[in-house]
Amino acid sequence: MPDPEADDPAAVTYPGAAAPSRTARVNASGMGIATYEWGDEDAPPLFLAHGGFDFARTFDLLAPRLADGGWRVVAWDQRGHGDSDRAALYSWEADLRDAVAVMSAMTDRPAPVVGHSKGGGLMMQLADCQPFRFSHLVNLDGLPSRRPVPDIANHDRTRMLATDLAGWLDHRRVAADAERKPGTIDELARRRGRMNPRLPIEWLRYLVTTGARHDPDGWRWKIDPMMRFGGFGPWRPEWGLLRMPGLGMPFLAVLGLELEEMGWGTRPDDVLPYLPIGARFEVLPDVGHFVHIERPDLIADAVLDLTGRPS
Amino acid sequence: MTPAVSSAVPPYKVVRHGRIELALHELRPGATPSSSASEGARPLLLLHGLGERSVESPPEWAEGWPGAIWGLDFTGHGASTVPIGGGYSAELLMGDADAALAELGPATLVGRGLGAYVALLIAGARPTLVRGAVLTDGPGLAGGGSSPSSTVLDGGAGTPGQAPDPWALAELSRDVRPADYATGFARSATQLSGLEWPVAVCAKSRPPWLEAVASEAGVLDCPLTEAIDLYAAGR
Repeated sequence: MPDPEADDPAAVTYPGAAAPSRTARVNASGMGIATYEWGDEDAPPLFLAHGGFDFARTFDLLAPRLADGGWRVVAWDQRGHGDSDRAALYSWEADLRDAVAVMSAMTDRPAPVVGHSKGGGLMMQLADCQPFRFSHLVNLDGLPSRRPVPDIANHDRTRMLATDLAGWLDHRRVAADAERKPGTIDELARRRGRMNPRLPIEWLRYLVTTGARHDPDGWRWKIDPMMRFGGFGPWRPEWGLLRMPGLGMPFLAVLGLELEEMGWGTRPDDVLPYLPIGARFEVLPDVGHFVHIERPDLIADAVLDLTGRPS
Repeated sequence: MTPAVSSAVPPYKVVRHGRIELALHELRPGATPSSSASEGARPLLLLHGLGERSVESPPEWAEGWPGAIWGLDFTGHGASTVPIGGGYSAELLMGDADAALAELGPATLVGRGLGAYVALLIAGARPTLVRGAVLTDGPGLAGGGSSPSSTVLDGGAGTPGQAPDPWALAELSRDVRPADYATGFARSATQLSGLEWPVAVCAKSRPPWLEAVASEAGVLDCPLTEAIDLYAAGR
């Protein structure tokens, strides 16, 4: 029998986590993008870009620490994530344009930007094509390196590709009407724990209350079921690193070395040859992919050490 | 004066792909696949180039085709949905072609330009449904080259919200098409379709991805009419 108290979001808290002070929506070429702010409204902005299948509230630990450093911290839900609109189409380039819409709505001056995982990759590409938006850039474990190629025969590789492709197309044939599976706070937390095995269950329970909605039949993650984890495409992970040497703004890269499902498995030697001149590189041997959740104080200090504190 | 309300049925089938409604035009009727006696009566599906829409009548070179002839409007093109906010990829259009195949059953595909690239992708992804993919010249054949270039985040020419969608024109003219990515699809078609020649390259222009595909074993390099004759004969 479910414990009603265990499913009460008001009873779910996490030490050091803080909800944003303000929320709003930005129109990005017709897409409604949900934004979240921590800190003084009149302070200069610092942007946070979340990873794939995450959402802005995953910064509830890091953002208040940066706001305490004097910044107006702004994060947003990427299209199809959290409270932003669900789209008919999703692409890397569309995510970049949505990011530009959010940043343009907040400031016309260069600002510090922190990106985690996919958000780090997106922001490295944006810093490459629109450097005038960036005063500083921090990449939190969003440093994909060359994908290891399994040692298999070509015909087996072809079959694997065909299986992946058919799976993706089959998903698209049915996903428009799909809904995410409902459950209790604990059930959703445990499901996410399979992808985030290093994160405490108390944090995952907190995440449910910030990233899921409570329907009559239970909680559901606010992630568009049209999107599918993994997949295929022409994109090569190492292309992200190739944009790194040309970055001209102060740059910090953080790598968590503990391997886990959502991470890239990138090693320091994969990154070192591509670091821009003067870049900082923090390698965290006992931390996994979610560096800002496992070590929010350390990451906040490293970011503030790079950006300084606005006067 | 009250405006007249049209109750006319659109002159095309509406096929759903995710949140998109695609226009699938019957250019010439034929026996339904289930009632066709011969393999040669399967449908021919035409995929247009970037910024185009389905033709309104069968092309001259397709006159001898024994089955029905259909034309698909890709997402953001012709009478299909123009979605909000872009986000196009060739893989998304592969899903468009798959939605058409779900309606038509096994079919031979002829793609122009961007449609040729999409025909190759779906031939590799659905090797038992695509009974021959014919790749011909047309707009959007080259895409954005073999590797990423400097990113430009702008819309293309055209009117927002109207077909062809400016985001489609912008995003699908610079999608990256590595040669080894394209040949992966060609190999899937040649190994898994059971056809002797599942892909025919008929384009005169040969961007790197297409040059690589044309060099693959089991890929036919021939004029369009030869390819059509081959697949019309059910081979």
